[in-house]
Amino acid sequence: MQPTPAAPVIEFRNVSYHVAGTHVLRSLTLEVQRGEILALLGRSASGKTTTLKLVNRLVSPTSGEVLVNGAPNVNAEVTRLRRSIGYVIQEVGLFPHFTVAQNIGVVPKIEGWPQPRVRARVEELLQMAGLAPELASRYPHQLSGGQRQRVGVARALAADPQILLMDEPFGALDPLTRDELQREFLSLQRRLGKTVVFVTHDLREAMRLGSRIALMEAGKLVTILSPDEFLRSTDPWAAAYVKAFGDRLESIATEGMS
Amino acid sequence: MNFFRFILQNRSQVLELTAEHLWLVGLSTLFATLIGIPLGIVIAHWPRLNKPVLAGANIIQTVPSLALFGFLLPVPWLGDRADRLAILALTLYALLPIIRNTYTGIRGVDPAVMEAGRGMGLTESQLLLQVELPLAVSVILSGVRTAVVISVGLATIAAAIGAGGLGEFIFRGLAMVDNRVILAGAVPAALLALLADIGVGWLESRLQPR
Repeated sequence: MQPTPAAPVIEFRNVSYHVAGTHVLRSLTLEVQRGEILALLGRSASGKTTTLKLVNRLVSPTSGEVLVNGAPNVNAEVTRLRRSIGYVIQEVGLFPHFTVAQNIGVVPKIEGWPQPRVRARVEELLQMAGLAPELASRYPHQLSGGQRQRVGVARALAADPQILLMDEPFGALDPLTRDELQREFLSLQRRLGKTVVFVTHDLREAMRLGSRIALMEAGKLVTILSPDEFLRSTDPWAAAYVKAFGDRLESIATEGMS
Repeated sequence: MNFFRFILQNRSQVLELTAEHLWLVGLSTLFATLIGIPLGIVIAHWPRLNKPVLAGANIIQTVPSLALFGFLLPVPWLGDRADRLAILALTLYALLPIIRNTYTGIRGVDPAVMEAGRGMGLTESQLLLQVELPLAVSVILSGVRTAVVISVGLATIAAAIGAGGLGEFIFRGLAMVDNRVILAGAVPAALLALLADIGVGWLESRLQPR
């Protein structure tokens, strides 16, 4: 690996997490650099979601520490820390009783922004997320899955956080919408230069979005590779992923033809 | 029907007893709401407390109302005035539906919504006031609605310990074996229950999110 000149934005130092005798995460050491998109790839229960939640302290480590912008994240006040980190989950978690505009404006509002500034920011984000302005007054249940996920991303970006955490953000979408959102997300990220950590079990998504892929298995970090390296890797787990991915591709292709 | 004539002839007393009835039900519902909603919120967040609290409220519910009124009679300050006693008993009965519905309503909020809210940096009190309570409000109010309707019926029994209310007519009518008198208490009580049901139902639909 190349030496990194700048300090990492997020750093895991020998982090373990046990719950009820289960080792969810074993001595994880990992650095996330400014402006990169790190994909946490793994199957369910591999510890990838826990890794994500350790960053914004939805989970506290059993041992080790997590540094955000060079300081242990336990030093920061927890709500302050979370408001400085965007968070997107697969179920989106939009507030069903809030309009789209209110949902996007949640963090700016609790941060005490004046009303006109919140409104201006919401308009800006709607446009950025590819949502029509008239959707602002709709409620989440009136939106399509893709629109909801766009609102989720817009909401996470509302207070202009440096870091974005995403837990299978495009997992529940149909392939066409997913494709579209992935592409837009990539160009958005290039424009904004956020540091992104996202969780996925889909190698294709990891290859497509990630600047690096951190492969996890049974609570351990197996390896971190760039997408190109991943394809050529001789690591058995990485190779197994590539193989499984290939098989799945083939089956999808035959399905499509029949 | 001479029942109507009876009511008309005794309208001032009917009104007076209805007012007493409303006083008993209104105050006890207010107390039960003030105690029950916070208790429901507490047990929704500390699951360990949920069994004992709900069990306690359930046990109160199983005590026959006449017996509860009787039990409370010798209690010093309470026993001095029958209406105090009746209000306490009615409050205790109204607790269960309010606690249970508050608990159910809050537990029913989508965990993904809570996680997203927490992850975005809302404090626990912001989550409670801006997310949990607004989303649970219709379930909570339907508990209040149940409590009010039960209380209107139960409050008639308060007349047995001299707390007044429309039960006066019912007990008097029973003693006199006069259906007109019984109905003069029962019909307004039923109407009150209906009106309360409609009233809280209206509030429920007004406060319903979306």
